Amino acid sequence: MGQTIFEPWNDPSAKPLIQFKNVTKKFGDFVAIDNQTFDIYAQEFFALLGPSGCGKTTMMRMLAGFETPTEGTILLGGEDIAPIPPNKRAVNMMFQSYALFPHLSVWENIAFGLKRDSMPKPDIEARVAEMLKLTRLEQFAKRKPHQISGGQRQRVALARSLAKAPKLLLLDEPLGALDAKLRQDTQFELMDIQEKTGTTFVIVTHDQEEAMTVASRVAVMDDGRIIQVDTPARIYESPNSVYVADFIGDVTILSGTATPRDDGYDIAFAEGQPPLRSKSDTRLDKGQACHLAIRPEKVSITAEKPVDAANAMQGKILDIAYLGNLSTYHVQLPNGQIIKAQTANTRRLSRRSFTWEDDVWLSWTDTAGVLLAG
Amino acid sequence: MRRLALIIIPYAWLLALFLVPFIIVLKISLSDTALSIPPYTPTLDFSAGWVGIKDFFGNLDFENFEFLTTDDLYWKAYLSSLKIAFVATVLTLLVGYPIAYGMANAPDHWRPTLMMLIILPFWTSFLIRVYSWMGILSNEGYLNQLLLSLGVISEPLTILNTNTAVYIGIVYTYLPFMILPIYSALERLDASLLEAAEDLGCSRFTAFWLVTIPLSKSGIIAGCFLVFIPTLGEFVIPSLLGGSKTLMIGKVLWEEFFNNRDWPVASAVAVILLLILIVPIILFQRNEQKQREAEG
Amino acid sequence: MRRLSWFNTTALTLGFAFLYLPMVILIIYSFNESKLVTVWAGFSTKWYGELIQNEAFLNAAWVTLRVAVISSTIATVLGTMAALVLVRAGRFSGRTLFSGMIYAPLVMPEVITGLSLLLLFIGIGLDRGVFTIILAHTTFSMCYVSVVVSSRLVSFDKSLEEAALDLGCSPISAFRLVTLPIIAPAVISGWLLAFTLSLDDLVIASFTSGPSSTTLPIKIWSAVRLGVSPEINALSTLMIAIVAVGVITASLITKRASLKQQADERAAVHA
Repeated sequence: MGQTIFEPWNDPSAKPLIQFKNVTKKFGDFVAIDNQTFDIYAQEFFALLGPSGCGKTTMMRMLAGFETPTEGTILLGGEDIAPIPPNKRAVNMMFQSYALFPHLSVWENIAFGLKRDSMPKPDIEARVAEMLKLTRLEQFAKRKPHQISGGQRQRVALARSLAKAPKLLLLDEPLGALDAKLRQDTQFELMDIQEKTGTTFVIVTHDQEEAMTVASRVAVMDDGRIIQVDTPARIYESPNSVYVADFIGDVTILSGTATPRDDGYDIAFAEGQPPLRSKSDTRLDKGQACHLAIRPEKVSITAEKPVDAANAMQGKILDIAYLGNLSTYHVQLPNGQIIKAQTANTRRLSRRSFTWEDDVWLSWTDTAGVLLAG
Repeated sequence: MRRLALIIIPYAWLLALFLVPFIIVLKISLSDTALSIPPYTPTLDFSAGWVGIKDFFGNLDFENFEFLTTDDLYWKAYLSSLKIAFVATVLTLLVGYPIAYGMANAPDHWRPTLMMLIILPFWTSFLIRVYSWMGILSNEGYLNQLLLSLGVISEPLTILNTNTAVYIGIVYTYLPFMILPIYSALERLDASLLEAAEDLGCSRFTAFWLVTIPLSKSGIIAGCFLVFIPTLGEFVIPSLLGGSKTLMIGKVLWEEFFNNRDWPVASAVAVILLLILIVPIILFQRNEQKQREAEG
Repeated sequence: MRRLSWFNTTALTLGFAFLYLPMVILIIYSFNESKLVTVWAGFSTKWYGELIQNEAFLNAAWVTLRVAVISSTIATVLGTMAALVLVRAGRFSGRTLFSGMIYAPLVMPEVITGLSLLLLFIGIGLDRGVFTIILAHTTFSMCYVSVVVSSRLVSFDKSLEEAALDLGCSPISAFRLVTLPIIAPAVISGWLLAFTLSLDDLVIASFTSGPSSTTLPIKIWSAVRLGVSPEINALSTLMIAIVAVGVITASLITKRASLKQQADERAAVHA
């Protein structure tokens, strides 16, 4: 194809747009951000993902200029932004509540920031028209915010924050107020707009699916720290910790002790069960505590014992969650451990092969699980 | 810088025109009456320097307060104000609660209109509202005319210039203050609570007594304080509707100041009135605080 | 539960009769021919005619109007500032005293406020007149304004102001372009409240006015102390009429606005 993949974080010569350098933020005694260092590159769609109170919103508000770091520096294009007030930053924000000015029309809301820059009137009109077109709001220009629907308001907020063509756009839970169906459509729209405008987006969200869908890279946060920054695929397939593995998607975590053998490890995890077999680059000592994280879709479920599977064990079906396209089985091993296995429902329900209380065999390959130090 | 200016301007205004006047009242209440302008001594004389200031403080005393205790006019006036304010508050509650209850149970589309009708008198002149009762309650007034013509009474009743007229005046003018907080408490009350109480075996009345009243308690308390506190220092109502026997401290203060020109005693009367008011004001604040916490 | 039982109907009927009958009687008897106010002697508007020719009343009305407009305007500015301080300024030394000074005048007996201000004016040798009444009225009504405005500011979504800053406003222009227009209804009702309080005030004005600055309430007061008079009935009727028209218009406007908003919101959902 010849087209280069967009991966500036793997290019040592690429200059990051934003650099957090040992940034700490305290509110009184409470440490909201704990000594964090990371980079965001131009044209990235960067997601800060974590549960509420993990510090992701604080991170964003420091970028917008509503909070200043207690320690450390934030560089935007190589320049320390601490002394620049929010109204002078080339950074715009889309607020969680949208913060649309209720006394101004859609048009005036979008033009608001442009007027502050004393842009000539024809230019403002052209720019607002462009934004209205981008967000498909042309026919609502004269309406007030309370006269349009939730999804339209969301687009006005986006248009308003994009109008000034910021170097960096911050989006605080931009889709939080929308219902599930609309949210999905809007996610793709956001990606589309991000691509068209080439603006760097930083999105804050607690919805892992949303982060995985839209972002080029995801930073998973907990308790004021970034646990892992990586592409959605790597976050899912190669989590660096039990926390990340557990936070993203569905997973079974098996805990045990490792013994190195050949190019992998044997993991003793339960009395009366053969050790688990896992190939991994993770460096573990003999007898070290470890966890094996296995995604349900990587576990096969069969009636007969599979031949030459790296890992196979028998259990009883405890629960079946029917999700339409997929079914997740909760299978209990004799020692009480529950393992989740997922199958695609390619057949009609009546032809389904397993039901409650069935004894079944679970199996997975030696590369299916992710081995993590305990 | 801007924040500082924002704070300083209203702050300075209130200091100069609220706190300083107050300190002056306190100071004059500790001075002696004199036949001079201003009619009290000592006056602070800064030109005499430190000695002047020392002299000034040396001459302040509690004589006026002692005087208030020796002349029984004053403590009787305080007691009578407290009594009138208390009785009037209870009466206002008895009149106001059913109205608030009726409003809260009125159909939804009526309520804004009812609300406006309660607030409307609040915007009309207080003086006029009190005055309107003079024509009704006087010996030849409309009430006596009505009762005489109905044959209920044979002699006109003397109501104007008695405490009864004062009570009527207070209930009339302060009624919105009682109704509004009770109404807002009752309006929030979830009707299913009453249905639940009846479902669990309460009669209509016991459900009202055990559910509605306790849940509107904060509104009742707020309403009572909103009536009691201003009534205590009321001047217009006792002067227009009350008689010579109606003793209320606001009226005494006014007369002490304008008729007797006794500024130090008037100031002492004011200081004591404030001290009396502090208790209900603190209780009121606490009730508001509790309510805010319960809501937030 | 939301039905009118006989009890509720009775309570509301009697309650509103009690509230409105005295004023209705006052209005009816303002059109009484007779000088004896309690005896009906036929319809006449002659008391209104006499009222209009009574220069003392007209002068007092003019003084009152000037005082009310000026003091409520200053009070609105100061009260809005005070509300911003209360809600936004965070902690500063003297904050407790400040909020105390805002809330105290609301519960302070008028006789004390009036007395203390009078003593201040005498103490600093300020001649009593229109100016001192304006000072006094501004002081107590700014507290009412700040209570009204601060209760609106508390529920004000702060991210609106942040959005304005984010889009390039300075803090002052963010206040002027975003905060002020949104809290304007509260500021306006604060002004109206201050205006009415000033129009209405007898006690504080009596303490702080001079011989040349009699306000309408003082004038009415000295007239009604002598008993009921048909001229005062006529004056009262005019004042009640003005207020009633004002309040009813205002409530109709807000009702229409809220109906329109509801309709808009419904339209938005279906759009």
